[in-house]
Amino acid sequence: MNEFHSFRRAERAVLARWFFVGAFLLLTVAFFRTQVVQHERFRLRAEKNRLRIVPLAAPRGVIYDRNGLVIADNVPGYAVKLLAPSADSLRAVLARFRTVVPLDSSEVSAILVRYRQAPYQPVVVLGTGDFETVSRLEEHRAVLPGLVIQSEPRRYYPDGQAVAHLVGYVGEVSERDLETDRFPGAQLGTVVGRAGLEKEYDAELRGQPGIHYVEVNARGRLVREEDVAPTLAAIPGEAIRTTIDLALQRYIDSLWNAALPGVRGSMVALTPSGEVLALYSAPGYDPNEFVGGISTTAWRKLNDDPARPLLDRAIQTRYPPASPFKLAIAAMALKRGVATFSTHMPEPCRGGLQVGNRYFRCWKPEGHGSLDLEGAIAKSCDVYFYQLGLRIGLDAILTDGVLMGFKDRSGIDLENEIAPIYPSNAAYFDRKYGPRGWSKWGATLNFSIGQGENTQNVLNMTRFYAALASAGEAPTPYIVRRRREDVLNLGLDPDQLAGIRSALIAVVERGTAAGSRSIDLAIAGKTGTAQNSHGEDHGWFVGFAPADKPTIIVGSIMEFAEHGSNVAPYVAKVLHRYVAGPASGDAPVTIVVPADSAPRAVQIVPDSIPQVDPVADDTTPPPPPPPSGP
Amino acid sequence: MRNLGPDRPLIAAVVLLAAYGLLILYSAGQTDVVTQAHGVWQRQLVWMAVGVVAAAIVFRFSFRLLEWLAPAAYGLGILVLLVTLVVGTGQGTAAGTRSWLSIGGHQLGQPAEFAKLAAILMLARYLSSLRESPRNLRELIAPCLIAGLPFLLVLKQPDLGSAIVFIGILFLMLFWAGVKPSLLFMLASPGLSLLLAFNTWTWGVWMIVLAVLLFLWRPYVVEGVFLYVVNSVMGALAIPLWQRLAPYQQNRLLTFLNPEIDPRAAGYHAIQSRVAIGSGGWFGNGFLEGPQKRLAFLPAQHTDFIFSVVGEELGFLGVLVALLLFLGLFLVVLRIARRATDPFASLVVFGILALFFTHFFENVGMTVNLMPITGIPLPFFSYGGSFFLASCISVGLLLRAAWDARLSGYADV
Repeated sequence: MNEFHSFRRAERAVLARWFFVGAFLLLTVAFFRTQVVQHERFRLRAEKNRLRIVPLAAPRGVIYDRNGLVIADNVPGYAVKLLAPSADSLRAVLARFRTVVPLDSSEVSAILVRYRQAPYQPVVVLGTGDFETVSRLEEHRAVLPGLVIQSEPRRYYPDGQAVAHLVGYVGEVSERDLETDRFPGAQLGTVVGRAGLEKEYDAELRGQPGIHYVEVNARGRLVREEDVAPTLAAIPGEAIRTTIDLALQRYIDSLWNAALPGVRGSMVALTPSGEVLALYSAPGYDPNEFVGGISTTAWRKLNDDPARPLLDRAIQTRYPPASPFKLAIAAMALKRGVATFSTHMPEPCRGGLQVGNRYFRCWKPEGHGSLDLEGAIAKSCDVYFYQLGLRIGLDAILTDGVLMGFKDRSGIDLENEIAPIYPSNAAYFDRKYGPRGWSKWGATLNFSIGQGENTQNVLNMTRFYAALASAGEAPTPYIVRRRREDVLNLGLDPDQLAGIRSALIAVVERGTAAGSRSIDLAIAGKTGTAQNSHGEDHGWFVGFAPADKPTIIVGSIMEFAEHGSNVAPYVAKVLHRYVAGPASGDAPVTIVVPADSAPRAVQIVPDSIPQVDPVADDTTPPPPPPPSGP
Repeated sequence: MRNLGPDRPLIAAVVLLAAYGLLILYSAGQTDVVTQAHGVWQRQLVWMAVGVVAAAIVFRFSFRLLEWLAPAAYGLGILVLLVTLVVGTGQGTAAGTRSWLSIGGHQLGQPAEFAKLAAILMLARYLSSLRESPRNLRELIAPCLIAGLPFLLVLKQPDLGSAIVFIGILFLMLFWAGVKPSLLFMLASPGLSLLLAFNTWTWGVWMIVLAVLLFLWRPYVVEGVFLYVVNSVMGALAIPLWQRLAPYQQNRLLTFLNPEIDPRAAGYHAIQSRVAIGSGGWFGNGFLEGPQKRLAFLPAQHTDFIFSVVGEELGFLGVLVALLLFLGLFLVVLRIARRATDPFASLVVFGILALFFTHFFENVGMTVNLMPITGIPLPFFSYGGSFFLASCISVGLLLRAAWDARLSGYADV
């Protein structure tokens, strides 16, 4: 075949050579493009293939009290995590894990849920493992592939439940918070503050997590833990200093535990400038239980407890302000000039007051006789305040009450403070009951003695007394930083304030409790009894000391305490303790104040309509946060 | 003084490639997790020994004997392929196919690899027996049937990669037999039609281009009309044929166009291979040190994707060395084909060149997504007994052809 003459072959060989060289060049260019031009892109992709990020928890900032004592600290702890290629393999590893460290089935399913949310990250199995657990796990490492044990700083609250409602607790961020971006920078599994100061100041306390890399193979199995890639150290959170006097807070807690076990209530201590010295609510809980994830049983126990230990009764519960509110009525009357301290009312107290065709009782059936304003405050005479209230008028009571801060939250730097209920004008009643469905004087009488559509939280009432105790001004209370700079101003002149203070001293000194006051400390304050349709009435006491130049204002409510006079001794002890200092020891402070049980709130609606009962719906706590897993 | 020893450049190229391949195969087995690749380099060593013996035996065969044996070898090859279709089994990544022949549970090998050699022999015999090289489509029917029969049988296994090799062999051998490139183009046009028919616009343009080319090249009128009709029919058949492909084959072709369509399954190989190669950069991660290979992200790192290990561990420079070695091999074999004593030997040599080149280009091309992914081994690198043995036999034939040429005094032309 002549096509195979050598010169014909040589012709084709030239063509063929070009063909092969062309193919070679094509491949060379393709590899050059992949390996040199796009090298960086593929290098990153390769790193992403083999590296898994293990976040390194940052130590949270320490929370100090005003004297540098530690409220929230960090201690060394261990986090136990598992890196699993698939849910099935995680389940298999967990089955072996349970033979080493017991986990109940609900914990296992919670772990699986968390795994599905972020399958490329190690899933937290134990938020806090002690040294013994961790060393047992280390022994069984061979049968637990993907086991990652990290030493992690662990939150610790040395005072436990004494500071529970104040400091709050920490836990893994919830999905809802992630959606709303409540915690900027938080990712799934990030530990954030879930209540109290921990939540409020989370941005400062949290710090930034570091990054540690581990290497996995194509099936997602952990191959190497150390020296895989440079580790980025965590940035610790900032410390915050609070206005809290931890010694006082502890004292309140020990007082409550010793003398009032099982009593529900709260106590708030402020300085005249609005610094919160103590904020205590009972019953409490141990915030340390939440660290590393609260167990399901403990969570259920806290939630199912009828005493609602998670509820902060200082700011998250509303109570009828009752007798302590009479000072607001007195302040309004003085401000408007409708009465002075020497004003006597037309009707002396004979145990009640006839208005129209109805008779309204004073708390003291035998009556107080004719009193001036100071006496009426001291004796907490209802009949006097009925008449004073009618003289001021409902519209003025509502307007002035709003100005005195009874409609707004105190503005403390804590989340979930409940707003008080206080109508801003009479149209509120029209809307609620219809224009003809309520009686104006009935509402007036209710407001005059702190009942009716008026419920306040303990902090709010304490703040009002802080204004009375100082120059008639009460700045926004705060623990770390003021949220608002506005100052509540009562609009009273110094003489009127001095008069109110001496009347409040009279409550303790002269009232029904004359002779049994604290020996070396002038205490001023007002008792109160809040109507409670669910059982025994709640007892109020708001007081301050020293009476002539107050440095501390304490407000307290005890549920089912029947009378404010049952609360007053404890408040007196706290006042004494603060003013005299811890060195004074537990001074034998005893005070006696009038046991003025409040009369039932006046019905302001026709008899067929049930009585207005603010307590029933106002003690409903805010919905509890969803349980955080371990 | 004439050198009457074996062809040194060829031996050098083959030995270097095999040594390079063995090193990479050793590295492919060095992983942090147990893979199939573990320790295969030792078995490959055994195959190398067998291969050297096989090459030495084949070296004793004269090309006259081979020419005489060609029909028998071809017939046997077809028969074995038929048997394989009936009793064949799958293995490894291609477990669903029938490409392996086994007796009593022991896998003997992949008959397709030997069928390729048989087809080369048969094509060489047929083409060298012609007085004139084929000048029109009708004269191409016979060689097309010779290559087409094993092509269809292998396609039926189904093993698209090996089937494509028959096409490569057919076209390159026809070229070497002196068939004009324009005629080859016409022969290929129905296939192009099939590919381009997935887009109406490209297909329309293609049909116009084809009409112009037919006008310029002026084949017989009947052939020209026939060709145009066939192209039209292929265009119409494209979609139904596509639907008859196995889903995994469809996916492979689709992911060739865009691997990110299905990064976890079908596109996984294409992506991971490029990631490994691309992460190698200029100098690579170092021998034995490739993380993608070590952590088993690379699929089939000892067989189909062994070249990705070169890219990851030895970088662009390592790749360039390998590509140059292959280019050197091809040019050396081309020289042997040019100097071969007779048309049959020359065609056999060029057929073997076509076999090596098709495997090389398809395999290396797919690792950088230049070619669609088909499971086809890389000569002298991939682990695999049948193909390595077939390669060694081929080298034996090449050595013989070079030897004959030297003896006949062609050597210095």
